[in-house]
This record gives sequence, C-alpha cells and structure tokens, in this order.
Amino acid sequence: MTTPSKMQQLDVQRIRADFPVLDVEVRPGVPLVYLDSTATSQKPVSVIEAMNNYYRTQNANIHRGVHALAEKSTADYEAVRGKVAKFIGAAKGKQIIFTRNTTESINLVAFTWGRANLNKGDVVVLTEMEHHGNLVPWQMLATEKGIQLEFIPVGEDGLLDMDAYAVLMEKKPKLVSFTQMSNVLGTITPAAEIIRMAHDAGAVTLMDAAQGVPHLPTDVTELDVDFIAFSSHKMLGPTGLGILYGKEAILNEMPPFLGGGDMIKRVELSGFTYKEPPHKFEAGTPAIAEVIGLGAAIDYLEAIGMEAIFAHDHELTGYALERLEEVPGVWVFGPTIEHKSANAAFTFEGVHPHDVAEILNRAGVAVRAGHHCAQPVHQKFGITSTTRASFYLYNTKEEVDQLIEALYQVKEIFG
Amino acid sequence: MDDLYREVIIDHYQNPRFRGELDPHDYSYHDDNPVCGDHIRIDLRVDENDVVTEALFSGDGCSISQASADLLMEKVTGLPLDEVRQVGKQDILDLLGIELGPVRLKCALLSLKVLKGGVYGLEEVESLDELAAS
Repeated sequence: MTTPSKMQQLDVQRIRADFPVLDVEVRPGVPLVYLDSTATSQKPVSVIEAMNNYYRTQNANIHRGVHALAEKSTADYEAVRGKVAKFIGAAKGKQIIFTRNTTESINLVAFTWGRANLNKGDVVVLTEMEHHGNLVPWQMLATEKGIQLEFIPVGEDGLLDMDAYAVLMEKKPKLVSFTQMSNVLGTITPAAEIIRMAHDAGAVTLMDAAQGVPHLPTDVTELDVDFIAFSSHKMLGPTGLGILYGKEAILNEMPPFLGGGDMIKRVELSGFTYKEPPHKFEAGTPAIAEVIGLGAAIDYLEAIGMEAIFAHDHELTGYALERLEEVPGVWVFGPTIEHKSANAAFTFEGVHPHDVAEILNRAGVAVRAGHHCAQPVHQKFGITSTTRASFYLYNTKEEVDQLIEALYQVKEIFG
Repeated sequence: MDDLYREVIIDHYQNPRFRGELDPHDYSYHDDNPVCGDHIRIDLRVDENDVVTEALFSGDGCSISQASADLLMEKVTGLPLDEVRQVGKQDILDLLGIELGPVRLKCALLSLKVLKGGVYGLEEVESLDELAAS
C-alpha cells in the first residue's frame, strides 16, 4: 500500500478548474458539493473537448473505410487500446476489448469463456461484497449450467475472510471472480494474494476493477490476473464504454460474444469465420467518440499520477471517517482506513438513507442512498440501505466539512 | 423547502399508529421498491359486509413511504373494499399535503401499490411507474 506523502499532494484547486460541472449551483446560491464519484466521476474539459472535437472534425465509422476521416478515426480509436493497455500494465493493445460497461465485460466472460469452460457441478468462487454486476451473471450461469457458487465471507470488520477462502480453494474452483475495491465498504481486497491462491488451486481469475482502476495504481502483469473488467465513466471518461482485459492465450481460445458486423473475417450464407481478439468480441459499430474520450481521460489521470490520486483519495477518506464519527447517530460501514479508500457508506440512527440524502441535497451535497447495486452485503450487515459519500481527485476537505454540517441538519429535522 | 418534512410526516414516521401485522387476516400483500430496496407489507381484516375493520402495515422505508403507509391505513380503516379500490395517487398526495419529485413520489406510492395488490389480487396491480404517471 502506498503511503500518502507531502510530495504527492495534489493541487486540487487547479484540478477543480478543469471540471466545468463543479462550478454548477444546484439552486441559486447553493454550489454543488459532488460526493458521488463512486456512481460516476465528473469529466475534465479535455475529455469533453476530445469528444466534441471528434464529432466536429473527424467523425467517420472505423475499420474498412479508406477515406481520410475513416483512416484517422480508426487510427485514433485503435491507439486508445494501446493507451489503456499501458495504463493497466498490459503487454499488448489487443488484450483490451471495448464493451458498454463493467457489467457487459463480466457478462462477456460469463457468456463466452463461462459457457465454454464451466459445466454442471463446477465451482465458481465470488465474495459476499460483490456488486450485482459480478454476481447476477454467475447466478444466471448457475441456473443455465448448474455450476455451484461459493462466497468468500465478509467479516464484521469489512474484510474478506482469507482463512475461509483457503478452505474454499480445496473445492478446486474453475473461476474466482472478485472485486478489487468494494463500492459500498470501500474495502481494498488483497488482490495479489487472492489471485495467487486461485492459480495454485488451478482457477482462472477475474477482477471487477470498476472501483479499483479509477482509484488504485493497477498492474495486471504484476497481479498475473486473467481478466479484469472496468468502466470508462468512473475514471473521468464518458459513459457507455467498458473495458475487458484478458490474457492473450485465454482470449484466443474463447468463442466470440455478439455476432454481427466487424467481428467477422468472412461471411457466406452457409456460415462465417471470425477475427482474432480483440475484434472477435466487438460486433457492430462501437462507441468511437467515447473511446477517444477515454483516451483523453487516461492522459489526464497519467499526468497527475495514480499514486498521487490514491494518496489524495485515501487521505480525504480518512478525514471523512474521522469527521463522520463525531456525528451522533452516524455509523460507518467497512474496514478501518488502512484497508479502504474513496468512499464512506453510513447509516443515521432513526433516519432512512433517502431522507438523509434528501436533506443533504438541500445543502447542495450530492450523495447516493440505497443499496448501491450490492444488496447482499447490506443484508450481511442486517440493513437494507446506506447513504454513501464518495471522494475523488477533485474533492476537498472543505467539502467533507459541508457534508458534516449538513448531517447536523438531518439531526435537527428528525430530532 | 421544508414542506417535505412537515411535522405530520415526521410524526407519522416516528410514531406510526397503524404499524404491525395481523394474524389471521383476510388480505395480505407485500412488495419492494426496486430503487431503494424498501419493503412494505399490508394486512387487512374485513367484516361480513366487506368493510375494512383493521388495517396495519409493516416493513422498512423512508419517512415519506412510512408516513404515507400510516396515513393510508388510517384512511382505509372503516371503508368498504369498493371504496378502497377507488383510492388513487391524488388521495395519497392529499394525505401527505406536499408536492413530490419523481423519485420520492414512488416512495409515497409504494403502500398504495401494496394495498392494491392485496385487494385486487396480483393480476391487476399497476406498477409503481404506472401509478406515478396516473
């Protein structure tokens, strides 16, 4: 784990100036305090401009076109693959597949690799803190193929029970699919250890990196992970674009995903042959402008540095945990700050999270209330929903203070 | 602004009069609000003339959903089922006495949806989206 250092402190005021939406007033005189980046991050002007510029100056469909704009769009689109690969420490651009979102990336693995490799009785290991996106696809496959799902338990401390995991490995699972960072508890899981133990037991590994890649320096080669899935929109890029990384040998063996244009080599009425990865997984016209926007988002993150971003988020989260503890009736879920970052999900005694969020909204403080697409982890803690404040590179301690101040308003209204 | 948290709403949320379960009951139904996972169950007893003699709700939800459930139970107690079937979105808004945005409207209407599920049977129940647009 990286420790925050003074050397790495972000110039947050300068960063904020790059995000136009942060200047918005939610009502006249009430500036936005955006604490909902775990749901989706805001976008810097460079990303907005890159997409705008694409549509203004070079819009054309990619691949096959021989005219100037088509060639330029194709080159720019394909160049982003290389940029994503470098950003996550992958060897080659062709290991990067573009999808719609993290959920689709995971479904792609379930539908192609899963259907081809998992059979009745095979064990798939997940964790109790998964987002529905890394749970429901496997439940669907369990219904379809009769695979058996096992879960690494989450303790009261918000951490995975690694002893129980070691016991689960004796079942010789075919796949271990786990979150790099919980979107509710904020828990940073011991990814390297999970992957190593899974490989020792002969399992393939998939890491849901939807929260991890935006907030933690991530190196897939060092982790030796087989697949990771994440989304553009949580890392300063546009919505509608997800990423799947896979090891080359596994991608080569996998059947294609959706059928249609762009994924084929040759089509006859009697059948078709398909392309090599990544193209065999990308049927139809992809989100070209969004991919170009993601390229700009990665440039932005790299210019600041993921180590520095982690240090900032981590320090701010620690500050938020300290301040939340001061508020009577507030109970924060998840591990202590050594094992978490970027978000704080809490309950407020006697007040439903929807009401908390509504009252915070009056002060311009944007948080999320509900089950955050992770109902089982809430059930584990005996609750149905939480209020979640989340933090990213553009947030400040003053904004955390505004959150706390608004929480005292909740106390006032509900007595 | 603070209309949303009128005293009557906070009062019915914190001190519900019609909270609980009826066993045995003549009608019982429960449902969730998929947006937030909130859950409401409603139990009714009726007399030989199909007039509601007792109505209780249970479950978990925000102040708007719980207060509207409590107010709705108060309203339907003593009503013939024929009239219970006529209760609609506007009645709930009148009971609460506030304007609601699209998200909170669904919180307010969850109990109505559950009530209708109980007295209509599952087949005829409108979805929360349909109720909100009614």
